[in-house]
Amino acid sequence: MSTELLDRIQFGLTVSFHFIFPPLSLGVGLVLIIFGVKSVRTGDPRWRQLSTFWVKIYGLIFSMGIATGIVQEFEFGTNWSAYSRFVGNIFGSLLAAEGIFAFMLEGGFLGLMLFGGTRLGNRLWLFATTMVVLGATFSATWIVMANSWMQTPQGFEIKDVGQGSQAFMTSFHDVVFTPSFVPRILHLLAASWMVGTSMVLSVGAYYLLRRRHVELARTMIRVALPLFTVLAIAQVALFGANQAVEVSKQQPAKLAAMEGVYTTRTCAPMYILGWTDQSTQRTTGIAVPCLLSFLTDQNFDAPVTGLEATPQSDWPQVNLVFQMYHLMINLGMLFIAIGLAGCALWVWRQKLWTNRWMLRVLVASVFLTELATLSGWWTAEFGRQPWIVWNVLRTAGAQSPNVGTGQLIFSISMFVVLYIVVLYTFLRLLDRQIKQGPPPPSDEDEIASLPDSFGEIFRRRSRVSSGVD
Amino acid sequence: MSLELIWYVLYVIIISGYAILDGFDLGVGMLSPFIAHTDTERRIMLNAIGPVWDGNEVWLVLGGGALFAAFPLVYASLFSGFYLAMMLVLLVLIGRTVAIEFRSKRESRRWRAGWDLVFSGSSFGITVLLGVALGNVIRGVALDQSGTMDVGLLDLLNPFSLAVAVTAVAMFMLHGSIFLSQKVEGDLLDRVTMLVPRLMIGFFVLMTGLIGWTLLRTETFADNYRDRPWIAVFPVLALAAALTAWRQIRRTRYFTAFLASATMIAALLCAVAAGLYPVMIPSATDPAFSLTVHNASAADSTLTVMLVFAVIGMPFVLLYTAGVYYFFRGRVRLDEESY
Ligand code: HDD
Ligand code: HEM
Ligand code: HEM
Repeated sequence: MSTELLDRIQFGLTVSFHFIFPPLSLGVGLVLIIFGVKSVRTGDPRWRQLSTFWVKIYGLIFSMGIATGIVQEFEFGTNWSAYSRFVGNIFGSLLAAEGIFAFMLEGGFLGLMLFGGTRLGNRLWLFATTMVVLGATFSATWIVMANSWMQTPQGFEIKDVGQGSQAFMTSFHDVVFTPSFVPRILHLLAASWMVGTSMVLSVGAYYLLRRRHVELARTMIRVALPLFTVLAIAQVALFGANQAVEVSKQQPAKLAAMEGVYTTRTCAPMYILGWTDQSTQRTTGIAVPCLLSFLTDQNFDAPVTGLEATPQSDWPQVNLVFQMYHLMINLGMLFIAIGLAGCALWVWRQKLWTNRWMLRVLVASVFLTELATLSGWWTAEFGRQPWIVWNVLRTAGAQSPNVGTGQLIFSISMFVVLYIVVLYTFLRLLDRQIKQGPPPPSDEDEIASLPDSFGEIFRRRSRVSSGVD
Repeated sequence: MSLELIWYVLYVIIISGYAILDGFDLGVGMLSPFIAHTDTERRIMLNAIGPVWDGNEVWLVLGGGALFAAFPLVYASLFSGFYLAMMLVLLVLIGRTVAIEFRSKRESRRWRAGWDLVFSGSSFGITVLLGVALGNVIRGVALDQSGTMDVGLLDLLNPFSLAVAVTAVAMFMLHGSIFLSQKVEGDLLDRVTMLVPRLMIGFFVLMTGLIGWTLLRTETFADNYRDRPWIAVFPVLALAAALTAWRQIRRTRYFTAFLASATMIAALLCAVAAGLYPVMIPSATDPAFSLTVHNASAADSTLTVMLVFAVIGMPFVLLYTAGVYYFFRGRVRLDEESY
C-alpha cells in the first residue's frame, strides 16, 4: 500500500473519531445555556438540577474532544509535512488563531463550569458556561475557515523561495472569507445543535420509557424538541440547500459526483436513492426529474455541469461521494419527519409522553444525527479528492516523504486499538451516568448563598457560608 | 527587532508558559504514586490540578499552532522527522486526559488503580518524550538539504537526550511538589515538604552536570555564549531563581518558592533558546542545512497578522488564567463535583 493511502486512512479515521464529540459539545452546550438562563429567570430548582446532571455528561464528552483533538493538531506536521510546508503561511495562522481565541477560552472557563457548580451562584455559573460554549463555537469557526480555504482557496500567491514552492498570503480578508466559508459554518453549527438537542431528546425519551425521572424528562424534551424541529427544517430548506448552490458554483466536479452527473445537461434529476458506476458512467435509481437543476439555479432548465468537463484523473470516487451525500439528505428528511411527528403527538393530547414507538425513535435520534454530520463531512472531504487544496495541490505527494509504511502501520494500529478502548470506556461511563440519573434537587437556600457576581468573588465579601474558601 | 525575532521570542514564551503551567501538572502526576497512600489522598492530588490542567495543556496546542504558522518549515521537519516519538506523545497525552476524567467515575479499586497507573505513567511519558525531543534539538539531527530528516526512535534515545529527559523529570517533580505544598494538608503535606529539599538537591546536581555537558559537546552553544556574553543573564537568572526557591522553601514560603521555580524554568528555556539562536534545528549533517529563524519562518504578511492576534488575544488569556487560579486558590476540598 502506498504511504499516501495509509496517511489518508489514518487522517480520515482519527478526524472522523474526533468529530463525534465536537458537535455534542456545541449542541449540549447550547441546551445547558438554556437551562442556565431559565434557572436565573425563574429560580426554579428544577433547572439547576438539570444543569448539574447535564454538566457531568458535558465534562465526559468534552474530555473526549480534547483527547482526540490534539491528534489532529499534530497530524498535519507528522503525516502531511509536504502539505504543511506548502500551506503553513496561511493554514497555520488559522490554527494558531484557533488556539489563542478558542481553546484558551474553553480551557480557561471549563474548570469553572465543571467544578464551579458548588461554589458559584446561578449567574456566574451561566457566565462560565456561556464562555466555554462560545469558545467551542469560535473553535468550530476557525477550523471550518481553515478547511474552507482548502476547499475554495483564494487570497494567496505561490512562490518558490528556495525550499520548494509555498503559498503566501496576499489578503487575509480573502483567506478568511472564502466563498464556501459562510454557508459551511452555518450548516455546520445548525448540524451540531441538532446533534446536541437530539442527545437531550434521546436521554429524556429513555427515562420516559423506563418511567423514571418523568417530570425532568418531560422538561428536557419540552426544551429540545421544538429546537430540533426548527433546526431540521432550516437545515434542509435553508442551510443545506444553500450549501448545494455554493458547491455547484465553486466545485462543479464535486456537485456532479454528489448526484452522479456525467454529461452536462439541463433539467438534471435529483436522486432519492441510487447507485452510480464510474467506469460505465451510468447512474440509476429513484429520482425527481429536474430537481437538481432547480435547486442549483431556481430554474428547471438550468444546465448542470457534468463530470465530463473535468479530466477523469481529477475525479473523486464518484459512488462514494454520491452515497455519503444521499445518506445525509435522507437522514435530513427523516429528521423533519421525526420532529414534526414528535411535536404533533405532544400537542395532540400529550400523547408523546406515553407513545412508546415515538420514544424509541427519539432514543435512536442522536445516533442518526451523528451519522448525518459525519456523512456530510465525508461528502465534503471525499468529494475534494484528488486535491488536498482544491485545484492547487494534489493529495498525492502532500504526505511526509520520510515517514514509511512500517511507521504508518504502527501508528494506525495504535490509534485503532486506543480508540476502541477509549470509546468503549466512554460509552460505558456515559451509560452509567445516564442510568444514575439527575441528583436530588439541592436546597434552594444553599444555592442562594453562593456568590453570584464578580464583585462578591473578588472583594471576598462572598455570601459563602463556611467551608468554601 | 525583526518580525522573525519577535516571533522567536514569542515562541519561547509560549513554550515556557507550557513548561511552567503543565510542568506542575506533570510533576503532580509523577509524584502521585509515591506520596499518596490512600484513595482520598490520590483524589486530593488529582483535584489539585483538576480545574486547571486542561487550560494548561492548551499552551502545548498553542505551541503547535504558533510553530505551524510562524515557522512552518520547522513544524513540518520536526513533527515528521520525530514521527514515532510524536505518535507516542499523542498516546500519552490521550492517556492522561482520559485517566483524569475516568478515574473517579467508578468505585471499584481495580478500576481506580488501573487509571492511576495510566495517569502517572503518562505523566512520566510526556515529560520523558518532550525532554528527549529537546535534547535532540540541542544536539542536532540528521537534516538534509530539503529540510527532511529521518531519525529512528532508537537514534533519539542517545545518552545526552536521555540526560535531558531525566533532568526534566526531576525539574517537573520539584515544581509539582512546590505547587502541591500550597494545595494539600495534613500527612500529605508533611510528606510533600519532606520531599521538596531532596528533589531540589537532586535536580541541582543533574542540572549542573547537564549544563557542563551541553557546553562541552555542542560547540555552537559555547561559541554563541562566547560571542554574545550578555545572554549569560539567562543561566545566571536561573541560578538566582533556584537559590531563591531554596531559601523560600526553608522559610516555608511556598507561594514565592513557586514563583521562583517558575522563573527558573523559564530562564533555563531562554538559556537554551539564546544558545541556539538563530538556529532552531541544527543539522548534524551539514550546518548549512540547519533550519534557522531566517530560512524557516513564514513571510512578513503572516507574521504580522499573527502578531495582531497575539496582541489582541494574549491579554485575555492572561486575564482569565489569572482569574481561574485566583478562584481555585487555597487547599483542595473534595465535593461531589470533584474528580
Ligand atoms: C465542530 C467543529 C470542529 C471541527 C471540524 C474540529 N474541531 Fe477540534 N474541537 C472542537 C471543534 C472542532 C471543539 C468543540 O472546540 C473541541 C471539542 C471538545 C473540546 O474540547 O473542544 C475540539 C477540541 C480540539 C482540540 C483540543 C483543544 C483543547 O485541548 O482544549 C484540538 C487541538 C483540536 N480540536 C484541533 C482540531 C483540528 C486540528 C481539527 C481539524 C482537522 C479539528 N479540531 C476539527
Ligand atoms: C471534523 C470533521 C472532519 C471529518 C469527518 C473529515 C474527514 C476526512 C476524511 C474521511 C478524509 C480522508 C479523505 C480521503 O483521503 O479520501 C479527510 C482528509 C483530510 N482532511 Fe478532513 N475531515 C474533517 C475536518 C477537517 C478539517 C476541519 C480540516 C482542516 C482544517 C481537514 C483537513 C483534512 C486534510 C489535510 C486531509 C488529508 C488529505 C486528504 O486526504 O485530502 N479535515 N478528512
Ligand atoms: C437535506 C438537506 C441537506 C442538504 C441539501 C445538505 C447539503 C450539504 C452539502 C451540499 C454539503 C457539502 C458541502 C461541501 O462539499 O463543502 C454538506 C455538508 C455537510 N452536511 Fe449537509 N445537507 C443537508 C442536511 C444535513 C443534515 C440534516 C446534517 C446534520 C445533522 C448535515 C450535516 C452536514 C455536515 C456536518 C457537512 C460537512 C461540513 C460542511 O462542508 O459544511 N447536513 N451538506
